[in-house]
Amino acid sequence: MDLPTPQHLALPGDKIREITGFGMSFRADSYVFQPTTLDEVREVFALARQVGRNIVLRGAGRSYGDAAIDAESIALDFTQMKRFLSWDPETGIAECEPGVTIEDLWRTGLPHGWWPKVVSGTMFPTLGGALAMNIHGKNNFRMGTLGDNVLEIDLMTVDGKVRTLTPDQELFYAAISSAGLLGVITRVKLGMKKVHSGDLKVYAESLPNWDAQIEAFEKRAENADYMVSWVDCFGSGAGAGRGLFHAAWHLPDEDSESLLPFHQDLPEKIAKVVPKSQVWRILKPLNNRFGMKWLNAAKHLSGKFVGNRKMHTQSLVAFSFLLDYVPNWRNAYLPDGFIQYQTFVPKEAAKRVFAKQIEMTQEAKMEPFLGVLKKHKPDRFLLSHSLDGYSFALDFKVSEETWPRLQRLCQRMNEMVIESGGRFYLAKDGTLTPEHAQAYLGENLTTLQLLKKELDPEGLLTSGQARRLKLFESA
Amino acid sequence: MAKFKHAIVVGASSGIGREIARQLAASGCRVGAVARRGERLAELEKEFPQLIVPCVHDATDYDSVPKVFQDLTGQVGGLDLIVYASGVMPIVEVDEYSFEKDKAMIDTNVLGAIAWLNQAAERFSHTGHGSLVGIGSVAGDRGRMKQPVYNASKAALHTYLEALRNRLDRKGVKVVTIKPGPVKTEMTAGLDMPGMMEPEQVAAFVIKKASKTGEHYVSPKHAVIFAIIRNIPSWIFRRLNI
Repeated sequence: MDLPTPQHLALPGDKIREITGFGMSFRADSYVFQPTTLDEVREVFALARQVGRNIVLRGAGRSYGDAAIDAESIALDFTQMKRFLSWDPETGIAECEPGVTIEDLWRTGLPHGWWPKVVSGTMFPTLGGALAMNIHGKNNFRMGTLGDNVLEIDLMTVDGKVRTLTPDQELFYAAISSAGLLGVITRVKLGMKKVHSGDLKVYAESLPNWDAQIEAFEKRAENADYMVSWVDCFGSGAGAGRGLFHAAWHLPDEDSESLLPFHQDLPEKIAKVVPKSQVWRILKPLNNRFGMKWLNAAKHLSGKFVGNRKMHTQSLVAFSFLLDYVPNWRNAYLPDGFIQYQTFVPKEAAKRVFAKQIEMTQEAKMEPFLGVLKKHKPDRFLLSHSLDGYSFALDFKVSEETWPRLQRLCQRMNEMVIESGGRFYLAKDGTLTPEHAQAYLGENLTTLQLLKKELDPEGLLTSGQARRLKLFESA
Repeated sequence: MAKFKHAIVVGASSGIGREIARQLAASGCRVGAVARRGERLAELEKEFPQLIVPCVHDATDYDSVPKVFQDLTGQVGGLDLIVYASGVMPIVEVDEYSFEKDKAMIDTNVLGAIAWLNQAAERFSHTGHGSLVGIGSVAGDRGRMKQPVYNASKAALHTYLEALRNRLDRKGVKVVTIKPGPVKTEMTAGLDMPGMMEPEQVAAFVIKKASKTGEHYVSPKHAVIFAIIRNIPSWIFRRLNI
C-alpha cells in the first residue's frame, strides 16, 4: 500500500472516494485504503492516529444505510484481503480472510457438495462485513444467523493485537454483530452444509391476506429448509397482506452435475431476450407509485395463475440470490437511491404491526415498492436483530424532497415496533434515532459501550450510523 | 438551485467572499471560512456559531495549502463547493510599473487560486462530485491600459478555470467562472466607477450559479458589452481610452 511518510501528515489525495450505502441514499467522502495483510491494517491504524482521523470498516458495501460509511474518515476496505487460508473438501470447513465473499464460498464448496449454511439474498457480501452485521437468510428460523454457524474468528483490535474467539467466549458474540465498532474480523473459520444436489424443491403459494401469510409460515416451519414470502404493499382492505409464499427443501438424491457452477450461473438474458444488465433501464420509468402499483398487481396475479400450490425445482443460486438476478437494479432508484426498512416483531404481534405499517405507508402515499416477509428465531449475539417472530423488509424510494417525510413515517413505525418488543437490523437501518436504539438495545448497549472502552478506548472505529445513533456518547 | 452542505470559501473576511460565506451558512451549509484576518472570521463565527469553521491562512502560503485544505475538509465534514474569492487590486497609475504590486496580484489572484483549487480539483476528480468556483472579473476579458497585471491575473484565472472545466466535466464536477463588474468592496474603496454592484447581490448570484458549469457574467448588460469589447480588433482597441 502507498502510505504517506510520517513527515508528510496529509493523507494521500488520490485515496479519497465517494462511498455509499447499498441504497445509495447515504453518501460520504472517505480516504479508502485496501489492505492485503494484517501488517497493512496495523499501518492504517497508525496512520489514522497520526492524521487524527477515525476509521470506518467496510466490506463489499452491502449494508443499505450508513453502517459502512463515515464522512472524512479513513475507510478500511477489506475487499482485497480475500484469500482462502485453508479449505478441506472432505469436511467442508474453510478458513477465510475477511474479504472472501459468499459467492467465493459457494463457488469453492458446491462442486464438492458443500453449500454455505447461511446466505443473504445477494452473494456479494464479504464474510467480514456479513459477520459484522451478522446476516441471516431465508433459513433463519432453522439455522439462525451466519454467526451461529461460525466455528472460530480472529479479531484484531486497534492496538494491533489479534485474539482468536470461539463460540464458548462471550466476546465472540459481541465481535460478531457489533457492526465493526469493536475491531476487525481478520479470519473466519466455518463449516458448510453437505448437499447432494445443486437444486432445491420449491413450493409456491399465492396468498390472499395477512392471516394466510402467517399461517403459511407456521404450517411449514417444522420441515421446510427455507421460507420467504413476497407481499404486495399496495394491497388494501380484504387484499391487505396478499402475496406469494415460497418454501424450499434440499433434494436428497445425488445429482453431481447440478453441483457444477455452469448449472448454477444465472442466465445472461431475461426471457432469453433482454440482456439482464439493461433491465434496470426498463425498470426506471416504472419506478414510481403508479408503475409499481401496476407491477405489484401483475406479480400477484401471475402468482395466482402460474404455478400456484405447485412444486418446481430451482437451482440453489437462483432461489437464494434473488437480488442478483438483475445487475445494478438499484440504479432504477437513482438519483437519490432508496432505503430498505426491515423490522423484527415477536410472533404474536407481527401481523398487527406489519399490517399497520402498510396502512400507514398507504395513508402517507409512500408505499414501499417491495415487501418481503421472513420467519426468525432468537440468538445470543450482542446487537442481535433476530427474535422469535417475523421480519418485514420494505424498499422505499428516496428523494431529496420526500426524505424528511419518509424519515418521520419510519420513525412512527419504529415506535410501534419498539412498543411490541421488536428489534432492528443495523445493516438495513437508516432511520433510527438514538432514543430508538437505546430502547431496543437496552442493557446490551451498555455492554457494547463497556467493551468499546476496553477494546477501542480512543474511539478510533466509528461509522455514520454509530454517530447518528450516538452509540458511544453516553459511555 | 443545488443546496450545498459543506463548503470552503477562500477570502471570507471581506467583500464578496464574506457575503458568500454568510449566505451559505444562512442556508444551513457548514462553511470553512479562510482568510488572513482572524478577527473578521471570529465575527462570522459569532454570527453562525455551528456553521462557520474559521481558518486563518494566507492564500499565498502555497506550501501549507495541501495540509490546511485536508484538515479543513475534515473539520467541515466534507466538501460540495469551494469558492476562491481572494483577490487584490492595488491602485496602479497609468504610467506605473511596480513589480511589487504586480507580483502581489499574481500571488493572490493566480497562484493562491491554483494552490487551493488544485486541491479541490484533485479531490472532486476522485469523488466524482462537487462545484469549484473562481471569482474572475470582466477586467480579465481584455488587456486594458489602466490595469495590465490585474487584467492578466484575471485572464489567467479564467483560462485556468476553463482548462479545469474541460478536465473535470466528464467526471461530473462543475467548474464555474463568475465575472462580476465593479463591486462595492474594500478593494474598490475610493474608486469612482459606474454601476457598482452590492456584494450581497453578487454573492447570491454566485451561489445560484455554483452548480451550473460554465462562465457567468453577473450583469446581463456586461455580458452584451463585453461580448462586443472582446471582439474589437486590437488595432482599434489600442486607440480607445478604456
